[in-house]
Amino acid sequence: MKENLYNYILGIADNSLILGQRMGELTGHGPSLEIDIACTNISLDLFGQVRSYYQYAAKIAGDGRTEDDIAMLRKERDYLNVLLVEQPNTDFAYTIARQYLFDVYHAMFLTALQSSHDITLSAIATKSIKEVSYHQRFSSDWIKRLGDGTNESKLKIQNAVNTLWTYTDELFHQTEADKAMVTEHIGVDVTQLKKAYYQKVTSLLTEAALEVPKLKWFQKGGKSGIHTEHLGYLLSDLQYMQRTYPNMEW
Amino acid sequence: MKKNWPLWEVFVRSKNGLEHRHFGSLHAADEDMALENARDVYTRRNEGVSIWVVKSKHITASNPEHHGELFEPAQDKVYRHPTFYDLPDEVKHM
Repeated sequence: MKENLYNYILGIADNSLILGQRMGELTGHGPSLEIDIACTNISLDLFGQVRSYYQYAAKIAGDGRTEDDIAMLRKERDYLNVLLVEQPNTDFAYTIARQYLFDVYHAMFLTALQSSHDITLSAIATKSIKEVSYHQRFSSDWIKRLGDGTNESKLKIQNAVNTLWTYTDELFHQTEADKAMVTEHIGVDVTQLKKAYYQKVTSLLTEAALEVPKLKWFQKGGKSGIHTEHLGYLLSDLQYMQRTYPNMEW
Repeated sequence: MKKNWPLWEVFVRSKNGLEHRHFGSLHAADEDMALENARDVYTRRNEGVSIWVVKSKHITASNPEHHGELFEPAQDKVYRHPTFYDLPDEVKHM
């Protein structure tokens, strides 16, 4: 089995799975009917991408495991998503800030992944990029509305951005699998995206009349399976059915 | 109710349709948000290729109480339908 490629795919897919689960938690709980549907649409887009990645990973593993096994039956430490996407829906401002800070990265990442020498990854990237462009449009629109809205909305979105900022640097860390895949022209060199990312985010926050946090120390760990306490709770929700009724299908 | 965003009417042109049709209504703070919300609420099952939104308050509607004077006079005037002509066989697609 190609260990590096397998782990590389999981590193990409787990971000979409965990963020998709977070957005899916808002089903029936969004602040308005329209926003509720928008958030769950984003969730479904992400889950669709996840299926393509996990199906490919299962094929590479080649030992009979399925996309569902990969999604539902791993332990917490085996998930390779960044810490940012597992942060909870504390309030709508947190949901939007988390989405925006990830969307900007996600769009840049997929744009670069389109040039991968791996045709499956390149095809998934090409299919997903339109969805993610819309996510970015939705979340950046709301950053501006909240930042340039009432005193209360400005305070809340600023708080959320300040709290989540500490998880942004990890997006540009390279794992061993990353480095190996970059060498083989399969993976994206995320270190190259960092400058453009912070430029883009800074420009939007400024437009939204928000302060850009000044941080020197950042959280990391998700990419190597060391997560914040939130992931365990998220997984117990996500995996409940398969853990309680193993092999259940419907 | 005053806390709600204004109401908008949504018109969608479907893939094979030639004209925009009324799909429903939704709440939104302004026209940009109305378009995005319409996209999410009404076209997520691949229904549309174009969306119009208009604030509901800009629509002037006929009053149902005036049904009699507005519409009933047309009911017994069948001669306003072009059904009294003999069409030559050569004319097709009528």
